[in-house]
Amino acid sequence: MAGSQRVYKQRIKSTQSLKKMFRAQELIAASRIGKARARTAAASPYARALTRAVSAVASHTNVTHPLTSPQESTRAAVLVIASDRGMAGAYSASILREAERLIARLTGEGKQVSLYASGRRAITYFRFRGRELAGSWAEGSDSPESSTAADISSTLLEAFLAPDSEGGVGELHVVHTQFVNMVTQRPRVVRMLPLEVVEGVSVPGEDDVLPLYDFEPSPEAVLDALLPRYVRSRIFSCLLESAASELAARQRAMHTAVDNAEDLIRTYTRLANQARQADITQEISEIVSGADALASA
Amino acid sequence: MAHLNVDVVATDRKVWSGEARMVSAPAADGEIGILAGHSPLLAVLRQGALRITPTDGEALSATVSGGFISVDDNQVTIVADDVEVATATAGR
Repeated sequence: MAGSQRVYKQRIKSTQSLKKMFRAQELIAASRIGKARARTAAASPYARALTRAVSAVASHTNVTHPLTSPQESTRAAVLVIASDRGMAGAYSASILREAERLIARLTGEGKQVSLYASGRRAITYFRFRGRELAGSWAEGSDSPESSTAADISSTLLEAFLAPDSEGGVGELHVVHTQFVNMVTQRPRVVRMLPLEVVEGVSVPGEDDVLPLYDFEPSPEAVLDALLPRYVRSRIFSCLLESAASELAARQRAMHTAVDNAEDLIRTYTRLANQARQADITQEISEIVSGADALASA
Repeated sequence: MAHLNVDVVATDRKVWSGEARMVSAPAADGEIGILAGHSPLLAVLRQGALRITPTDGEALSATVSGGFISVDDNQVTIVADDVEVATATAGR
């Protein structure tokens, strides 16, 4: 029938316009991902310098700091870093699944979990399930600012340093996505606090001569200034890595969507052609049988 | 003569890096000047003026707001929360 032809034509048209949108999203993600990776690279000298300094203090003094020592508390904070928008395949779903697993484990250990969420997807996910969020940050999940990281870390440090009676937390876990490469991004859980000092440090041997460090004004003050910055820089790098992962996941998801749209268009075009042929055949047979009827009359 | 290898980094970028004869930074309890051969040091910075005299070229002066400076074996790293460069020069 002419009817089914029209339906196929409509479907082809709408799929084509969807395909255009997917393509645009893919290109946007592809162009932003380079920038996101450049920002990750740009932030790494700071992180490296901080790590070096923290390890220098750690290996040259015996100062302990509240941030490095475990706190007496039955509460644990979990920071979930997800995206603001969807259209990124399983990106948000897998980070939320990882978060749920962590929450279940912590609850199983008898700890109360207070949730912090970054990215609208995580916020709405927990809100919808009636979970209380101790803190949330939306906006800019694909291009995080260092001011956001500062805000997040100061909130979390405050929660960590608060005494147990005032709702202080004893540990902090961060669930974020690790950017392995363009095709692999892995959800990962990091225990941020209490700090474990420190990755990439060679423990000085017994008879190594340690350079004598001068600390101005004092080792405690230096550590006091360093550690919050260290936490902030690590949270910032988690945010940046998650942003790069989000964009990579989006690019891949949109690429698949474009492919699927093309497949659909091809199928519908075949069906439309078939319907057209059926229409023509029917018309011919109607004409022929009409002519036959006239001739025999 | 020995010289210092200086890196100035902010939270989200590398601001300056190069060789210098002298660095002067606003440490928490007073201005601190560093020449080559300085003993290892880790100092907290307050807000103030940072001045770097490179081995060649014009001096760099910048305003930093908090952070720290580390000196180890003529390797100077200035880690600042925020840096505003007043006069940028070559050496990048």
